[in-house]
Amino acid sequence: MATITMDNLCKVYTGGVQAVTGVNLDIADGEMIVLVGPSGCGKSTLLRMVAGLETITDGTLKIGERVVNALEPAERDIAMVFQNYALYPHMTVFNNLAYGLKNRGFKKAEIDRRVREAAQMLEIGQFLDRKPRQLSGGQRQRVAMGRALVREPAAFLFDEPLSNLDAKLRVQMRVEIRQLQRRLGTTSLYVTHDQLEAMTMADRLVVLNGGVIEQVGTPMDLYSHPETTFVAGFIGSPAMNMLPADFLRAKVAAEELAHLPAKADLIGIRPEDFSTAPPGEGDLVLSGQLLLLEPAGAESHLHMRFEGFDKNVVVRLSHVPAAEEGQDLTFSVRRAALHPFDLESGQRVA
Amino acid sequence: MQTKRMTFSGKWLPYALLAPQVIITLIFFIWPSFQALRQSVYRQGDAFGIRPDTFVWFDNFKALFADPLYLNSLKVTFVFSVGTTLLSMSVALLFAVMVNRMIRSRDSYTTFLVWPYAIAPAIAGVLWWFIFNPSIGIMPYMLDMVGYDWNHRRDGNDAMIMVIIASAWRQISYNFLFFLAGLQSIPHSLIEAAAIDGASRFKRFWTIVFPLLSPITFFLLVINIVYAMFDTFGVIHATTEGGPAQATNILVYKVYRDGFVNLNFGSSAAQSVVLMGIVIVLTVIQFRYIERRVNY
Repeated sequence: MATITMDNLCKVYTGGVQAVTGVNLDIADGEMIVLVGPSGCGKSTLLRMVAGLETITDGTLKIGERVVNALEPAERDIAMVFQNYALYPHMTVFNNLAYGLKNRGFKKAEIDRRVREAAQMLEIGQFLDRKPRQLSGGQRQRVAMGRALVREPAAFLFDEPLSNLDAKLRVQMRVEIRQLQRRLGTTSLYVTHDQLEAMTMADRLVVLNGGVIEQVGTPMDLYSHPETTFVAGFIGSPAMNMLPADFLRAKVAAEELAHLPAKADLIGIRPEDFSTAPPGEGDLVLSGQLLLLEPAGAESHLHMRFEGFDKNVVVRLSHVPAAEEGQDLTFSVRRAALHPFDLESGQRVA
Repeated sequence: MQTKRMTFSGKWLPYALLAPQVIITLIFFIWPSFQALRQSVYRQGDAFGIRPDTFVWFDNFKALFADPLYLNSLKVTFVFSVGTTLLSMSVALLFAVMVNRMIRSRDSYTTFLVWPYAIAPAIAGVLWWFIFNPSIGIMPYMLDMVGYDWNHRRDGNDAMIMVIIASAWRQISYNFLFFLAGLQSIPHSLIEAAAIDGASRFKRFWTIVFPLLSPITFFLLVINIVYAMFDTFGVIHATTEGGPAQATNILVYKVYRDGFVNLNFGSSAAQSVVLMGIVIVLTVIQFRYIERRVNY
């Protein structure tokens, strides 16, 4: 159990590639923090810096009250779950779980107790005598989790642990990891590029882009109030529509946009904020042509083309509309649902 | 498994294509083997046909295993092949681990370390003959400075050490390549996981890396023993010629000495039959193991 404090962490690889720049982050005890971002954004590097597998070029990293910058991975009291599980192929499941305890000089009886406890918790008790190659992907994933659990470390580090599983198993393991983490109350740092995984698992979400933190907050914070165009585009699926303010001004009455600051030259509208209901007082009204209708069961995605804007605008409805492709449709958007950004800086302006 | 089947239009073409390999095998392997088998149960007649070859059952073998020189050669061969194998494999593993840790210079080191393999055993022998030459060699000169009087012409142990070094030297390259490939196939995350699990560098090597290399190690063990026992003729011939006082007279070299120098063909043939037996045993071990080559 510990807090993790990152103070101005930087990583520059030999050869000059700046992977992580000035990351400041305070992780509370027992908190589940998810690092999310596109590939190459530095999220894995940051995690490996916390683990001690990458050196820290600049800044301070504290786990609990200790500055751990110069400590070996083993001395940091953390456990890591790897993307490829990194199970020792020549050892049985029992020995895989026990390896870290043996190296730390635990008594045999204590090792036995902890391993069986973890195995029971993860329902891998009957596999203790097997080798990793005799297990399915999901079982291997559990063993990897078990190896982290038995050590009872100060923090768990997860490096895209679910990306090698099929979609169904991934959802199941996602829930299990989250429940386990809540139950144990162990501080966790979780890296993923899957924004759905990130949204559902995180206490707080950290969006990284180009080695820099774009925004930190609860998943709903980031969703309803993205601070940058990057976060706006990254969180939420389908992605937020970005419409030039000039285009909107030409389309709707001036007073409907009057509340936005003058600098707001890019307006974001989430696909689900378009409504087929009759417009209320002060709502924006937009009509366009339906190019493509994608029914997806519980919801449907409508690819719209508005005159004066050369990109498709995606609209998400919670029903399948009785509309033909090529037909004109009218939507209303509440004023409060507009996300105004400054195009040049990419920052939110209101 | 998918196999590609080739259809030939004529009947003779496939046979013609196979012929060179079959002929070479027949002339240089099968026929001499049968010659050796036959000769090993005969007592050689004289060169003028006055006294013909006589069939003596297993007398040659009996004589062989009663001969203290042959028993000595067995012992010498054992020491020599174990020494050569251990030296070449341990040094190769050490080099492979060191090179594997490098990032940018890895390729150039690999290239340099593989070069010795391209040198013929006899040339390697001559090279070491010069290095260890008691009168003009650099090694005896340097050993003399630390107070050791090196003379492999007089001292059997010195001679043994020299032929072991000379034979292992070339084999290090071969072993190095296999070990390096083996090391590179171990996922890096395993080593990282072990580091987080609190294993020291030394412990990581012995509990994770070395066990994962074991299939390669076993393969190389057999290959190196076979090399030391059969392919080192050139080294021995170019350096010690089996001496001094039989100290480096390994089985293969003794076959040659007894047969072609001393013209005792019956004994020589019996010795090569024994060698054949050893090769067969080693090959069987090798194949049995390779069938279940993964040990984890």
